[in-house]
Amino acid sequence: MELDLHEVEEVCRDLYVRALKILPPDIKAGFAALQRQETSATGRAILDTMVENVAVAERTNNILCQDTGIPIYNVVIGRAVTFDGAGLKAAIRRGCERATKDFSLRSSVVHPITRHNDQTSCGIRVPIIHVDFDEQQETVGIEMIPKGSGSENGSFMQMLLPSDGINAVKRFVIDRVIDLGGRVCPPTIVGVGIGGTSDLCMHLAKIAATRPLRTACADPEGARIEAELSRAVNELGIGPQGLGGRATSFAVHVEVAATHITQNPVAVNIQCHSARRARATITPGGIAFA
Amino acid sequence: MAHHILDMPVDSDRVRELRIGDTVTLRRTLYGIRDATLIHMFDRGRRTRLDLRGHAVIHTAPNVHRVEPSPEAPVGYAPFCIGTTTSMRMERFTADLMRREGVRIIVGKGGMGPQTQAAFAEQGGAYLAIVGGAAALETTWIERIEDVDLDDLHPESLWRFAIRDFGPLLVGMDAQGGSLFAEVQRDVVSRRDAVIASLEEAR
Repeated sequence: MELDLHEVEEVCRDLYVRALKILPPDIKAGFAALQRQETSATGRAILDTMVENVAVAERTNNILCQDTGIPIYNVVIGRAVTFDGAGLKAAIRRGCERATKDFSLRSSVVHPITRHNDQTSCGIRVPIIHVDFDEQQETVGIEMIPKGSGSENGSFMQMLLPSDGINAVKRFVIDRVIDLGGRVCPPTIVGVGIGGTSDLCMHLAKIAATRPLRTACADPEGARIEAELSRAVNELGIGPQGLGGRATSFAVHVEVAATHITQNPVAVNIQCHSARRARATITPGGIAFA
Repeated sequence: MAHHILDMPVDSDRVRELRIGDTVTLRRTLYGIRDATLIHMFDRGRRTRLDLRGHAVIHTAPNVHRVEPSPEAPVGYAPFCIGTTTSMRMERFTADLMRREGVRIIVGKGGMGPQTQAAFAEQGGAYLAIVGGAAALETTWIERIEDVDLDDLHPESLWRFAIRDFGPLLVGMDAQGGSLFAEVQRDVVSRRDAVIASLEEAR
């Protein structure tokens, strides 16, 4: 399959808007679970308002949250796909710019020093583009994540010592969640990276924060830790919007990577309750959005 | 737990009647403000021609459509999606915003800190918590964009919104030193050690 870059541009444009408008089904199911468990009246009222907002967005064809985020595109290219790599990156960027212009989205992206906003949702190295490869025949998957920034500001990384052990990793996660309180728009998904180098560890935390609910870490030790932390964060009492209650997080997700004998890295990246992402799959048969 | 309907602007005495846990519905006018607006107004000395005295400001930068100016869009902007950003980043500006511009009420999400709490007590102010991320719903409470200033900072301009019943909002911080956020945080900190202990494993 030869990848049609015009098609990629269109898909990347549409994915940005779809991600902003349609909350993924796993997050909707996550809200229903939290509503059943919430014991605080304020917490319940806030969760109800969040669920109502999803319905209003669908009814009024509006975007869910005003924060259009930092645009991230995760591309996974299967076997027997030919493409022009530089052209692919340019097509993704054009799609992102066109979404912003065509739908009059707020550009939330500025130069980090001058703070100049090009009003395109693009800038130096933004949109963020990750390209990976897998085994699927003639298949290209594109995932778009408009990463909201109230939660992105809840990002932390520390190189702990091997002698600090896993207990220090857990303490780090709990203490950061406590420090953040309501600022990261709870209920959240707490993404945790364990291992790797400092940069990989932070990236693992982002993968974890944006992973669908009801999925588990592929590593059994990581899966065990995320289950324990998922229980623990909802015993803290932070609650929806930091105003008290059980529903602090939908889940804690952990991703792991091997690390150096001298290192014990941990990173935290938070996803807010507007946990938006959209996906498209391109095959010789056409484009499927999910 | 009283419910208050405030026809903006209001005076300090009216705001001092608000107590944490009360609910508020705002009417008539609301201003939008955030990071760059405040940095330019207070760190770089820019002034606005808009009169904020007695008013409420919401921490926001909206999504808007550019349209032909009309009675419904007097400055050529129509609201499309207006939500709320995290307030805590704006903590150091509250006292000046109240003193110099006369702002009485802040609408935001996530709560604010001790500098804001002190400014509320001294000058008569309150923080109204809105549900963050519920922007599609919030947009239905906005009638139109009446005015805009400092628009070179777009979207972080200073916006004036005409509102219909905007709320209910929860009084999260009041002029008596009360803060629901601080209360919750104290409770959370008291639970921390037990939660950590429940996670401990043998080394």
